[in-house]
Amino acid sequence: MKKKKIRFGMIVVYLILILWALTTIFPLCWSVMNSFKNKKVIYNNSFALPFGEAFSLENYRNIFANYNILSAYRNSFIISGSVAAVVILLAGMAAYILCRYEFRGKTLLNLLLYAGMMFPIYSTIIPVMRMQAKWGIVNSSSVGANLLSVILPQIAGNMSFAIIVLRGYIRTLPVELEESAFLEGCSMFQTYFRVVFPLCKPSMVTVGIFSFLWSYNDLFTQMFFLRTKENWAITILLNNIASKEGVNYGALFASVTLIVIPVLIVYMFLNRYIIQGMTVGAVKG
Amino acid sequence: MGPSIYKNKKRIWVFLAPAFAFMVVYLYYPFIQNILNSFMHIKYMGTAGGEWNSPWYKNYLTLLSDPKMRIALKNTGITIAATIIGQVGIALVLSLLVSNIERGSGFFRTVFFFPIVVSATALGLLFNLVFLYDKGMVNQFLQFAGVLNREANQLIDWKSKYPMFTMLTPVIWQYVGFYFVILLTGLAGIPEDLYEAATIDGAGRWQRVRYISLPLLRGSISTCVILAVTGALKVFDLPWTMFVNGMSNTWLTGTYMYSKVYSDVDYASAIAVVIVVIGVILSAAVNRIFGKTEDFQ
Repeated sequence: MKKKKIRFGMIVVYLILILWALTTIFPLCWSVMNSFKNKKVIYNNSFALPFGEAFSLENYRNIFANYNILSAYRNSFIISGSVAAVVILLAGMAAYILCRYEFRGKTLLNLLLYAGMMFPIYSTIIPVMRMQAKWGIVNSSSVGANLLSVILPQIAGNMSFAIIVLRGYIRTLPVELEESAFLEGCSMFQTYFRVVFPLCKPSMVTVGIFSFLWSYNDLFTQMFFLRTKENWAITILLNNIASKEGVNYGALFASVTLIVIPVLIVYMFLNRYIIQGMTVGAVKG
Repeated sequence: MGPSIYKNKKRIWVFLAPAFAFMVVYLYYPFIQNILNSFMHIKYMGTAGGEWNSPWYKNYLTLLSDPKMRIALKNTGITIAATIIGQVGIALVLSLLVSNIERGSGFFRTVFFFPIVVSATALGLLFNLVFLYDKGMVNQFLQFAGVLNREANQLIDWKSKYPMFTMLTPVIWQYVGFYFVILLTGLAGIPEDLYEAATIDGAGRWQRVRYISLPLLRGSISTCVILAVTGALKVFDLPWTMFVNGMSNTWLTGTYMYSKVYSDVDYASAIAVVIVVIGVILSAAVNRIFGKTEDFQ
Protein backbone atom coordinates (compact mmCIF):
# COMPACT_ATOMS: atom_id res chain seq x y z
CA MET A 1 0.00 0.00 0.00
CA LYS A 2 2.70 2.43 1.06
CA LYS A 3 4.88 1.63 -1.89
CA LYS A 4 2.08 2.43 -4.31
CA LYS A 5 1.56 5.84 -2.74
CA ILE A 6 5.21 6.72 -3.21
CA ARG A 7 5.08 5.58 -6.81
CA PHE A 8 2.13 7.82 -7.49
CA GLY A 9 3.96 10.73 -5.85
CA MET A 10 6.95 10.05 -8.09
CA ILE A 11 4.80 10.22 -11.20
CA VAL A 12 3.56 13.65 -10.17
CA VAL A 13 7.13 14.78 -9.47
CA TYR A 14 8.27 13.65 -12.91
CA LEU A 15 5.25 15.24 -14.55
CA ILE A 16 6.03 18.62 -13.02
CA LEU A 17 9.71 18.38 -13.99
CA ILE A 18 8.90 17.34 -17.54
CA LEU A 19 6.40 20.17 -17.84
CA TRP A 20 9.09 22.72 -16.95
CA ALA A 21 11.55 21.01 -19.27
CA LEU A 22 8.99 21.41 -22.06
CA THR A 23 8.77 25.15 -21.46
CA THR A 24 12.52 25.44 -21.94
CA ILE A 25 12.68 23.23 -25.02
CA PHE A 26 9.44 23.85 -26.86
CA PRO A 27 9.68 27.58 -27.72
CA LEU A 28 12.99 26.97 -29.48
CA CYS A 29 11.73 23.96 -31.38
CA TRP A 30 8.71 26.01 -32.36
CA SER A 31 11.02 28.70 -33.67
CA VAL A 32 13.23 26.30 -35.65
CA MET A 33 10.12 24.61 -37.06
CA ASN A 34 8.54 27.84 -38.23
CA SER A 35 11.77 29.13 -39.71
CA PHE A 36 11.37 26.44 -42.41
CA LYS A 37 7.83 27.46 -43.36
CA ASN A 38 6.71 30.34 -45.52
CA LYS A 39 4.52 33.12 -44.23
CA LYS A 40 1.28 31.57 -45.36
CA VAL A 41 1.89 28.26 -43.66
CA ILE A 42 3.00 29.93 -40.45
CA TYR A 43 -0.15 31.97 -40.56
CA ASN A 44 -2.41 28.97 -41.07
CA ASN A 45 -1.00 26.88 -38.29
CA SER A 46 2.21 27.68 -36.46
CA PHE A 47 2.25 24.24 -34.85
CA ALA A 48 2.25 22.27 -38.09
CA LEU A 49 5.46 20.43 -38.89
CA PRO A 50 7.42 21.78 -41.86
CA PHE A 51 7.23 18.68 -44.03
CA GLY A 52 6.30 18.17 -47.66
CA GLU A 53 4.44 21.11 -49.13
CA ALA A 54 4.93 23.21 -46.03
CA PHE A 55 8.73 23.05 -46.15
CA SER A 56 10.45 26.15 -47.49
CA LEU A 57 13.86 27.75 -47.35
CA GLU A 58 12.44 31.11 -48.37
CA ASN A 59 13.10 32.74 -44.98
CA TYR A 60 16.75 31.81 -44.97
CA ARG A 61 17.23 32.86 -48.58
CA ASN A 62 15.63 36.13 -47.68
CA ILE A 63 17.79 36.75 -44.61
CA PHE A 64 21.03 35.82 -46.32
CA ALA A 65 20.18 37.99 -49.32
CA ASN A 66 19.28 41.10 -47.31
CA TYR A 67 21.69 40.96 -44.41
CA ASN A 68 25.35 40.22 -44.14
CA ILE A 69 25.01 37.32 -41.73
CA LEU A 70 28.44 35.90 -42.42
CA SER A 71 30.22 39.15 -41.71
CA ALA A 72 28.28 39.45 -38.44
CA TYR A 73 29.28 35.93 -37.45
CA ARG A 74 32.89 36.74 -38.30
CA ASN A 75 32.82 39.93 -36.22
CA SER A 76 31.18 38.10 -33.34
CA PHE A 77 33.82 35.38 -33.38
CA ILE A 78 36.66 37.90 -33.55
CA ILE A 79 35.23 39.88 -30.64
CA SER A 80 34.24 37.00 -28.39
CA GLY A 81 37.28 34.89 -29.24
CA SER A 82 39.69 37.71 -28.39
CA VAL A 83 37.82 38.48 -25.18
CA ALA A 84 38.01 34.85 -24.06
CA ALA A 85 41.70 34.48 -25.00
CA VAL A 86 42.89 37.67 -23.32
CA VAL A 87 40.81 37.04 -20.21
CA ILE A 88 42.26 33.53 -19.84
CA LEU A 89 45.83 34.75 -20.27
CA LEU A 90 45.75 37.81 -18.00
CA ALA A 91 43.38 36.47 -15.36
CA GLY A 92 45.39 33.28 -15.03
CA MET A 93 48.62 35.19 -14.38
CA ALA A 94 47.02 37.44 -11.79
CA ALA A 95 45.21 34.53 -10.13
CA TYR A 96 48.50 32.63 -9.79
CA ILE A 97 50.19 35.50 -7.96
CA LEU A 98 47.17 36.23 -5.76
CA CYS A 99 46.97 32.59 -4.80
CA ARG A 100 50.63 31.73 -4.15
CA TYR A 101 52.36 34.90 -3.01
CA GLU A 102 52.02 36.88 0.20
CA PHE A 103 52.77 40.55 -0.35
CA ARG A 104 51.85 44.02 0.81
CA GLY A 105 48.68 45.36 -0.74
CA LYS A 106 47.20 41.93 -1.32
CA THR A 107 44.16 42.75 0.82
CA LEU A 108 43.55 45.85 -1.24
CA LEU A 109 43.79 43.92 -4.49
CA ASN A 110 41.34 41.33 -3.18
CA LEU A 111 38.95 44.11 -2.28
CA LEU A 112 39.26 45.62 -5.75
CA LEU A 113 38.67 42.20 -7.21
CA TYR A 114 35.29 41.79 -5.52
CA ALA A 115 34.37 45.40 -6.20
CA GLY A 116 35.04 44.72 -9.88
CA MET A 117 32.06 42.40 -10.00
CA MET A 118 29.68 44.92 -8.47
CA PHE A 119 29.66 47.71 -11.05
CA PRO A 120 26.71 47.45 -13.39
CA ILE A 121 27.65 48.33 -16.96
CA TYR A 122 25.33 51.35 -16.79
CA SER A 123 27.60 53.04 -14.29
CA THR A 124 30.72 52.89 -16.44
CA ILE A 125 29.57 53.01 -20.05
CA ILE A 126 29.35 56.80 -20.54
CA PRO A 127 32.91 57.60 -19.38
CA VAL A 128 34.19 54.55 -21.29
CA MET A 129 32.51 55.89 -24.40
CA ARG A 130 34.19 59.25 -23.97
CA MET A 131 37.59 57.74 -23.27
CA GLN A 132 37.46 55.48 -26.33
CA ALA A 133 36.13 58.30 -28.50
CA LYS A 134 39.16 60.31 -27.46
CA TRP A 135 41.43 57.44 -28.46
CA GLY A 136 39.69 57.35 -31.83
CA ILE A 137 38.58 53.72 -31.72
CA VAL A 138 34.86 54.52 -31.64
CA ASN A 139 33.10 55.39 -34.92
CA SER A 140 36.36 54.76 -36.65
CA SER A 141 36.59 54.01 -40.35
CA SER A 142 38.47 50.82 -39.57
CA VAL A 143 36.38 47.79 -38.63
CA GLY A 144 39.22 46.47 -36.49
CA ALA A 145 39.28 49.58 -34.32
CA ASN A 146 35.53 49.42 -33.80
CA LEU A 147 35.67 45.79 -32.81
CA LEU A 148 38.49 46.66 -30.42
CA SER A 149 36.22 49.22 -28.76
CA VAL A 150 33.88 46.37 -27.79
CA ILE A 151 36.63 43.89 -26.93
CA LEU A 152 38.46 46.06 -24.39
CA PRO A 153 35.52 46.88 -22.07
CA GLN A 154 34.31 43.28 -22.28
CA ILE A 155 37.73 41.99 -21.21
CA ALA A 156 37.59 44.24 -18.16
CA GLY A 157 34.02 43.17 -17.42
CA ASN A 158 34.99 39.48 -17.24
CA MET A 159 38.29 39.91 -15.41
CA SER A 160 37.16 39.77 -11.77
CA PHE A 161 35.01 36.73 -12.29
CA ALA A 162 37.80 34.93 -14.13
CA ILE A 163 40.48 35.69 -11.54
CA ILE A 164 38.24 34.49 -8.72
CA VAL A 165 37.40 31.21 -10.45
CA LEU A 166 41.00 30.51 -11.50
CA ARG A 167 42.41 31.42 -8.11
CA GLY A 168 40.02 28.94 -6.52
CA TYR A 169 41.26 26.27 -8.90
CA ILE A 170 44.97 26.98 -8.48
CA ARG A 171 44.49 26.68 -4.72
CA THR A 172 43.55 23.02 -5.19
CA LEU A 173 46.76 22.21 -7.11
CA PRO A 174 49.60 20.58 -5.13
CA VAL A 175 52.38 23.07 -4.59
CA GLU A 176 55.03 20.30 -4.75
CA LEU A 177 55.05 20.35 -8.55
CA GLU A 178 55.89 24.03 -8.52
CA GLU A 179 58.57 23.42 -5.90
CA SER A 180 60.32 20.81 -7.98
CA ALA A 181 60.16 23.11 -11.00
CA PHE A 182 61.78 25.80 -8.86
CA LEU A 183 64.54 23.40 -7.76
CA GLU A 184 65.24 22.64 -11.37
CA GLY A 185 65.86 26.32 -11.90
CA CYS A 186 62.58 27.54 -13.39
CA SER A 187 61.82 31.23 -13.08
CA MET A 188 58.39 32.55 -12.08
CA PHE A 189 57.41 32.78 -15.76
CA GLN A 190 58.54 29.26 -16.55
CA THR A 191 56.89 27.81 -13.45
CA TYR A 192 53.62 29.43 -14.37
CA PHE A 193 53.56 28.75 -18.08
CA ARG A 194 55.07 25.27 -18.00
CA VAL A 195 53.62 23.84 -14.79
CA VAL A 196 50.60 25.76 -13.50
CA PHE A 197 48.97 26.88 -16.74
CA PRO A 198 48.71 23.38 -18.28
CA LEU A 199 47.25 22.00 -15.04
CA CYS A 200 44.55 24.67 -15.03
CA LYS A 201 43.05 23.58 -18.32
CA PRO A 202 39.61 22.48 -17.03
CA SER A 203 39.14 25.74 -15.20
CA MET A 204 40.46 27.74 -18.15
CA VAL A 205 37.88 26.08 -20.39
CA THR A 206 35.13 27.12 -17.99
CA VAL A 207 36.33 30.70 -17.89
CA GLY A 208 36.86 30.84 -21.64
CA ILE A 209 33.40 29.56 -22.53
CA PHE A 210 31.74 31.81 -20.02
CA SER A 211 33.54 34.91 -21.30
CA PHE A 212 32.83 33.94 -24.89
CA LEU A 213 29.11 33.45 -24.38
CA TRP A 214 28.75 36.54 -22.24
CA SER A 215 30.42 38.60 -24.93
CA TYR A 216 28.50 36.95 -27.80
CA ASN A 217 25.16 37.68 -26.11
CA ASP A 218 25.88 41.17 -24.80
CA LEU A 219 23.62 43.55 -26.72
CA PHE A 220 24.18 46.61 -24.54
CA THR A 221 27.88 47.13 -25.29
CA GLN A 222 27.37 46.34 -28.97
CA MET A 223 24.65 48.98 -29.19
CA PHE A 224 27.09 51.62 -28.00
CA PHE A 225 30.14 50.80 -30.05
CA LEU A 226 29.04 49.01 -33.23
CA ARG A 227 27.01 51.59 -35.03
CA THR A 228 27.37 50.78 -38.70
CA LYS A 229 26.43 47.75 -40.76
CA GLU A 230 29.90 46.48 -41.55
CA ASN A 231 30.77 46.51 -37.84
CA TRP A 232 27.71 44.66 -36.63
CA ALA A 233 28.15 41.53 -34.58
CA ILE A 234 25.47 38.89 -34.55
CA THR A 235 23.45 40.10 -31.58
CA ILE A 236 23.05 43.65 -32.77
CA LEU A 237 22.34 42.42 -36.29
CA LEU A 238 19.48 40.38 -34.88
CA ASN A 239 18.19 43.43 -33.05
CA ASN A 240 18.21 45.36 -36.29
CA ILE A 241 16.52 42.60 -38.25
CA ALA A 242 13.83 42.60 -35.59
CA SER A 243 13.10 46.28 -35.99
CA LYS A 244 13.20 46.15 -39.80
CA GLU A 245 11.27 42.98 -40.53
CA GLY A 246 8.48 43.77 -38.07
CA VAL A 247 5.67 41.51 -39.21
CA ASN A 248 7.68 39.22 -41.47
CA TYR A 249 7.49 36.44 -38.91
CA GLY A 250 9.25 33.88 -41.06
CA ALA A 251 12.36 36.07 -41.24
CA LEU A 252 12.26 36.60 -37.49
CA PHE A 253 12.01 32.87 -36.81
CA ALA A 254 14.92 32.24 -39.16
CA SER A 255 17.14 34.86 -37.56
CA VAL A 256 16.40 33.63 -34.02
CA THR A 257 17.34 30.15 -35.19
CA LEU A 258 20.56 31.39 -36.79
CA ILE A 259 21.74 33.17 -33.67
CA VAL A 260 20.87 30.31 -31.31
CA ILE A 261 22.25 27.37 -33.29
CA PRO A 262 25.99 27.99 -32.63
CA VAL A 263 25.24 28.42 -28.94
CA LEU A 264 23.12 25.26 -28.89
CA ILE A 265 25.92 23.24 -30.49
CA VAL A 266 28.50 24.52 -28.01
CA TYR A 267 26.09 23.85 -25.16
CA MET A 268 25.42 20.28 -26.21
CA PHE A 269 29.09 19.39 -25.96
CA LEU A 270 30.25 21.56 -23.10
CA ASN A 271 27.23 22.06 -20.86
CA ARG A 272 29.04 20.64 -17.85
CA TYR A 273 31.73 23.34 -17.99
CA ILE A 274 29.24 26.06 -18.76
CA ILE A 275 26.92 25.30 -15.87
CA GLN A 276 29.83 24.97 -13.48
CA GLY A 277 31.47 28.18 -14.63
CA MET A 278 28.40 30.33 -14.53
CA THR A 279 27.22 29.23 -11.10
CA VAL A 280 30.58 29.04 -9.35
CA GLY A 281 31.60 32.44 -10.70
CA ALA A 282 28.39 34.10 -9.62
CA VAL A 283 28.26 32.46 -6.22
CA LYS A 284 31.83 33.26 -5.29
CA GLY A 285 31.40 36.89 -6.23
CA MET B 1 53.30 31.91 5.29
CA GLY B 2 53.54 30.82 1.68
CA PRO B 3 55.91 28.18 0.36
CA SER B 4 59.56 29.08 0.45
CA ILE B 5 59.86 29.19 -3.33
CA TYR B 6 57.48 32.16 -3.32
CA LYS B 7 59.77 34.45 -1.35
CA ASN B 8 61.18 36.33 -4.30
CA LYS B 9 58.49 38.90 -5.05
CA LYS B 10 60.41 41.30 -7.21
CA ARG B 11 58.63 40.55 -10.42
CA ILE B 12 55.11 39.64 -9.34
CA TRP B 13 53.77 42.97 -10.59
CA VAL B 14 54.52 41.88 -14.15
CA PHE B 15 51.80 39.24 -13.71
CA LEU B 16 49.40 41.42 -11.74
CA ALA B 17 49.63 44.69 -13.64
CA PRO B 18 47.92 43.81 -16.95
CA ALA B 19 44.77 42.37 -15.36
CA PHE B 20 44.39 45.16 -12.85
CA ALA B 21 45.23 47.81 -15.41
CA PHE B 22 42.19 46.69 -17.40
CA MET B 23 40.01 46.99 -14.36
CA VAL B 24 41.38 50.37 -13.33
CA VAL B 25 40.95 51.86 -16.79
CA TYR B 26 37.59 50.28 -17.63
CA LEU B 27 35.85 49.88 -14.27
CA TYR B 28 37.13 51.88 -11.31
CA TYR B 29 38.09 55.05 -13.13
CA PRO B 30 34.90 55.29 -15.25
CA PHE B 31 32.80 54.45 -12.20
CA ILE B 32 34.16 57.45 -10.30
CA GLN B 33 34.06 59.60 -13.40
CA ASN B 34 30.40 58.70 -13.81
CA ILE B 35 29.55 59.89 -10.32
CA LEU B 36 31.26 63.21 -11.07
CA ASN B 37 29.50 63.40 -14.43
CA SER B 38 26.13 63.19 -12.76
CA PHE B 39 26.84 66.59 -11.16
CA MET B 40 28.14 68.22 -14.33
CA HIS B 41 26.72 69.52 -17.53
CA ILE B 42 27.58 67.39 -20.56
CA LYS B 43 26.45 68.52 -23.93
CA TYR B 44 27.14 65.53 -26.17
CA MET B 45 27.80 61.89 -25.64
CA GLY B 46 31.53 61.32 -25.85
CA THR B 47 32.59 64.77 -24.69
CA ALA B 48 33.94 65.82 -21.31
CA GLY B 49 31.86 67.51 -18.65
CA GLY B 50 32.04 71.30 -18.85
CA GLU B 51 31.01 73.07 -15.69
CA TRP B 52 29.20 71.92 -12.58
CA ASN B 53 25.44 71.96 -12.64
CA SER B 54 23.79 74.63 -10.54
CA PRO B 55 22.83 73.57 -8.05
CA TRP B 56 25.30 70.69 -8.37
CA TYR B 57 22.62 68.13 -7.44
CA LYS B 58 20.22 69.42 -10.10
CA ASN B 59 19.87 66.06 -11.86
CA TYR B 60 18.86 64.38 -8.66
CA LEU B 61 16.20 67.02 -8.04
CA THR B 62 14.84 66.40 -11.53
CA LEU B 63 14.84 62.66 -10.89
CA LEU B 64 12.57 63.13 -7.89
CA SER B 65 9.87 64.72 -9.99
CA ASP B 66 10.37 62.75 -13.23
CA PRO B 67 7.19 60.75 -13.89
CA LYS B 68 9.02 58.30 -16.19
CA MET B 69 11.64 57.68 -13.50
CA ARG B 70 8.82 56.98 -11.09
CA ILE B 71 7.39 54.41 -13.50
CA ALA B 72 10.85 52.92 -14.00
CA LEU B 73 11.42 52.62 -10.26
CA LYS B 74 8.00 51.09 -9.72
CA ASN B 75 8.51 48.59 -12.53
CA THR B 76 12.00 47.75 -11.29
CA GLY B 77 10.50 47.13 -7.85
CA ILE B 78 7.92 44.82 -9.41
CA THR B 79 10.68 43.08 -11.35
CA ILE B 80 12.74 42.54 -8.21
CA ALA B 81 9.77 41.14 -6.30
CA ALA B 82 8.77 38.94 -9.24
CA THR B 83 12.30 37.58 -9.67
CA ILE B 84 12.65 36.78 -5.97
CA ILE B 85 9.28 35.07 -5.75
CA GLY B 86 9.16 33.64 -9.25
CA GLN B 87 12.74 32.67 -10.00
CA VAL B 88 13.98 31.62 -6.60
CA GLY B 89 10.58 30.16 -5.65
CA ILE B 90 10.19 28.03 -8.76
CA ALA B 91 13.87 27.05 -8.60
CA LEU B 92 13.46 25.96 -4.98
CA VAL B 93 10.48 23.76 -5.80
CA LEU B 94 12.21 22.24 -8.82
CA SER B 95 15.45 21.58 -6.94
CA LEU B 96 13.62 19.89 -4.05
CA LEU B 97 11.78 17.73 -6.56
CA VAL B 98 14.93 16.81 -8.48
CA SER B 99 16.83 15.97 -5.29
CA ASN B 100 14.14 13.37 -4.60
CA ILE B 101 14.31 11.51 -7.88
CA GLU B 102 16.72 8.72 -8.72
CA ARG B 103 16.98 8.95 -12.48
CA GLY B 104 17.27 11.84 -14.87
CA SER B 105 18.60 14.58 -12.61
CA GLY B 106 21.48 15.23 -15.00
CA PHE B 107 19.05 15.61 -17.88
CA PHE B 108 16.88 18.11 -16.03
CA ARG B 109 19.93 20.09 -14.97
CA THR B 110 21.09 20.42 -18.57
CA VAL B 111 17.65 21.25 -19.94
CA PHE B 112 16.61 23.69 -17.23
CA PHE B 113 19.87 25.61 -17.56
CA PHE B 114 19.78 25.94 -21.33
CA PRO B 115 17.81 29.24 -21.68
CA ILE B 116 20.54 31.07 -19.76
CA VAL B 117 23.13 30.59 -22.48
CA VAL B 118 20.78 31.88 -25.19
CA SER B 119 21.06 35.59 -25.82
CA ALA B 120 18.29 37.63 -24.23
CA THR B 121 17.92 39.44 -27.56
CA ALA B 122 16.95 36.21 -29.29
CA LEU B 123 14.63 35.32 -26.46
CA GLY B 124 12.99 38.74 -26.56
CA LEU B 125 12.33 38.28 -30.23
CA LEU B 126 11.09 34.76 -29.69
CA PHE B 127 8.71 35.84 -26.93
CA ASN B 128 7.40 38.63 -29.10
CA LEU B 129 6.26 35.82 -31.36
CA VAL B 130 5.05 33.69 -28.47
CA PHE B 131 2.81 36.51 -27.25
CA LEU B 132 1.74 37.66 -30.71
CA TYR B 133 -1.87 38.79 -30.97
CA ASP B 134 -2.84 36.74 -33.97
CA LYS B 135 -1.08 33.37 -34.41
CA GLY B 136 1.12 33.76 -31.37
CA MET B 137 1.91 30.59 -29.48
CA VAL B 138 -0.04 31.44 -26.33
CA ASN B 139 -3.15 32.65 -28.11
CA GLN B 140 -3.10 29.65 -30.42
CA PHE B 141 -2.83 27.29 -27.50
CA LEU B 142 -5.75 28.97 -25.82
CA GLN B 143 -7.73 28.72 -29.05
CA PHE B 144 -7.01 25.02 -29.39
CA ALA B 145 -7.94 24.52 -25.77
CA GLY B 146 -11.23 26.25 -26.52
CA VAL B 147 -10.65 29.11 -24.07
CA LEU B 148 -10.56 31.84 -26.72
CA ASN B 149 -12.52 32.19 -29.90
CA ARG B 150 -10.88 34.08 -32.74
CA GLU B 151 -14.09 34.80 -34.62
CA ALA B 152 -15.65 36.29 -31.52
CA ASN B 153 -12.66 38.66 -31.20
CA GLN B 154 -11.56 37.14 -27.94
CA LEU B 155 -7.83 37.01 -28.68
CA ILE B 156 -5.70 38.69 -26.04
CA ASP B 157 -3.37 41.53 -26.98
CA TRP B 158 -0.74 40.58 -24.40
CA LYS B 159 1.73 43.36 -25.04
CA SER B 160 -0.63 46.26 -24.61
CA LYS B 161 -3.05 44.73 -22.13
CA TYR B 162 -0.64 42.96 -19.80
CA PRO B 163 2.73 44.55 -20.63
CA MET B 164 4.49 43.80 -17.35
CA PHE B 165 3.33 40.20 -17.33
CA THR B 166 4.44 39.76 -20.93
CA MET B 167 7.85 41.26 -20.22
CA LEU B 168 8.52 39.53 -16.91
CA THR B 169 7.50 36.03 -17.97
CA PRO B 170 10.56 35.46 -20.18
CA VAL B 171 12.84 37.39 -17.80
CA ILE B 172 11.87 35.08 -14.95
CA TRP B 173 11.68 31.94 -17.04
CA GLN B 174 15.18 32.41 -18.46
CA TYR B 175 17.04 32.37 -15.15
CA VAL B 176 15.09 29.77 -13.14
CA GLY B 177 17.63 27.12 -14.17
CA PHE B 178 20.47 29.21 -12.80
CA TYR B 179 19.08 29.34 -9.26
CA PHE B 180 17.97 25.75 -9.65
CA VAL B 181 21.59 24.63 -10.10
CA ILE B 182 22.83 26.70 -7.15
CA LEU B 183 20.11 25.30 -4.87
CA LEU B 184 20.66 21.78 -6.12
CA THR B 185 24.37 22.07 -5.27
CA GLY B 186 23.37 23.34 -1.82
CA LEU B 187 21.02 20.38 -1.34
CA ALA B 188 23.72 17.94 -2.36
CA GLY B 189 25.89 19.32 0.44
CA ILE B 190 23.41 18.32 3.14
CA PRO B 191 24.67 15.09 4.76
CA GLU B 192 22.52 12.07 4.01
CA ASP B 193 22.57 10.79 7.61
CA LEU B 194 20.57 13.80 8.79
CA TYR B 195 17.68 12.65 6.62
CA GLU B 196 18.16 9.05 7.71
CA ALA B 197 18.09 10.00 11.38
CA ALA B 198 14.94 12.03 10.81
CA THR B 199 13.28 9.16 8.97
CA ILE B 200 14.05 6.82 11.87
CA ASP B 201 12.47 9.37 14.21
CA GLY B 202 9.37 9.15 12.05
CA ALA B 203 9.66 12.36 10.02
CA GLY B 204 7.71 12.31 6.75
CA ARG B 205 8.85 13.66 3.40
CA TRP B 206 7.44 17.12 3.98
CA GLN B 207 8.81 17.33 7.53
CA ARG B 208 12.29 16.48 6.28
CA VAL B 209 12.05 19.31 3.76
CA ARG B 210 10.64 21.73 6.31
CA TYR B 211 13.04 20.98 9.18
CA ILE B 212 16.22 19.87 7.44
CA SER B 213 16.46 21.00 3.81
CA LEU B 214 15.07 24.52 4.13
CA PRO B 215 17.02 25.62 7.23
CA LEU B 216 20.26 24.19 5.88
CA LEU B 217 19.69 25.82 2.51
CA ARG B 218 19.51 29.26 4.09
CA GLY B 219 22.94 30.25 2.83
CA SER B 220 22.24 29.16 -0.74
CA ILE B 221 18.83 30.81 -0.73
CA SER B 222 20.32 34.06 0.49
CA THR B 223 22.94 33.90 -2.29
CA CYS B 224 20.15 33.35 -4.81
CA VAL B 225 18.10 36.25 -3.52
CA ILE B 226 21.08 38.63 -3.73
CA LEU B 227 21.84 37.46 -7.26
CA ALA B 228 18.17 37.81 -8.21
CA VAL B 229 18.04 41.37 -6.88
CA THR B 230 21.25 42.51 -8.55
CA GLY B 231 20.26 40.61 -11.69
CA ALA B 232 16.90 42.33 -11.81
CA LEU B 233 18.63 45.71 -11.73
CA LYS B 234 20.82 44.71 -14.69
CA VAL B 235 18.04 43.41 -16.95
CA PHE B 236 18.24 45.22 -20.26
CA ASP B 237 18.42 43.21 -23.48
CA LEU B 238 15.14 41.37 -23.15
CA PRO B 239 12.88 44.31 -22.19
CA TRP B 240 14.60 46.46 -24.79
CA THR B 241 13.99 43.93 -27.56
CA MET B 242 10.37 43.36 -26.58
CA PHE B 243 9.35 46.90 -25.63
CA VAL B 244 11.61 49.39 -27.38
CA ASN B 245 11.66 52.81 -25.72
CA GLY B 246 9.50 51.76 -22.82
CA MET B 247 6.48 51.08 -24.99
CA SER B 248 3.30 50.68 -22.89
CA ASN B 249 5.13 52.27 -19.94
CA THR B 250 7.38 49.31 -19.34
CA TRP B 251 10.39 51.46 -18.38
CA LEU B 252 12.93 49.86 -16.11
CA THR B 253 15.76 51.87 -14.56
CA GLY B 254 18.21 50.30 -17.03
CA THR B 255 16.18 50.87 -20.20
CA TYR B 256 15.23 54.38 -19.09
CA MET B 257 18.90 55.18 -18.52
CA TYR B 258 19.74 54.05 -22.05
CA SER B 259 16.91 56.10 -23.55
CA LYS B 260 18.48 59.23 -22.03
CA VAL B 261 22.06 58.44 -22.86
CA TYR B 262 22.22 60.48 -26.07
CA SER B 263 19.75 63.26 -25.30
CA ASP B 264 20.77 64.09 -21.74
CA VAL B 265 24.12 62.54 -20.89
CA ASP B 266 24.61 63.80 -17.35
CA TYR B 267 21.04 62.91 -16.45
CA ALA B 268 21.66 59.35 -17.64
CA SER B 269 24.77 59.28 -15.42
CA ALA B 270 22.63 60.23 -12.45
CA ILE B 271 20.20 57.40 -13.23
CA ALA B 272 23.16 55.00 -13.33
CA VAL B 273 24.28 56.21 -9.91
CA VAL B 274 20.77 55.56 -8.58
CA ILE B 275 20.90 52.02 -10.00
CA VAL B 276 24.17 51.36 -8.14
CA VAL B 277 22.85 52.82 -4.89
CA ILE B 278 19.68 50.72 -5.02
CA GLY B 279 21.76 47.61 -5.71
CA VAL B 280 24.08 48.22 -2.75
CA ILE B 281 21.21 48.99 -0.35
CA LEU B 282 19.16 45.97 -1.37
CA SER B 283 22.13 43.56 -1.20
CA ALA B 284 22.93 44.82 2.30
CA ALA B 285 19.27 44.42 3.27
CA VAL B 286 19.14 40.83 2.02
CA ASN B 287 22.31 40.04 3.95
CA ARG B 288 20.72 41.54 7.04
CA ILE B 289 17.47 39.61 6.66
CA PHE B 290 19.10 36.25 6.14
CA GLY B 291 21.78 36.90 8.73
CA LYS B 292 25.46 36.36 8.11
CA THR B 293 25.43 32.71 7.16
CA GLU B 294 28.67 31.04 6.21
CA ASP B 295 29.51 31.40 2.58
CA PHE B 296 28.18 28.86 0.16
CA GLN B 297 31.06 26.64 -1.02
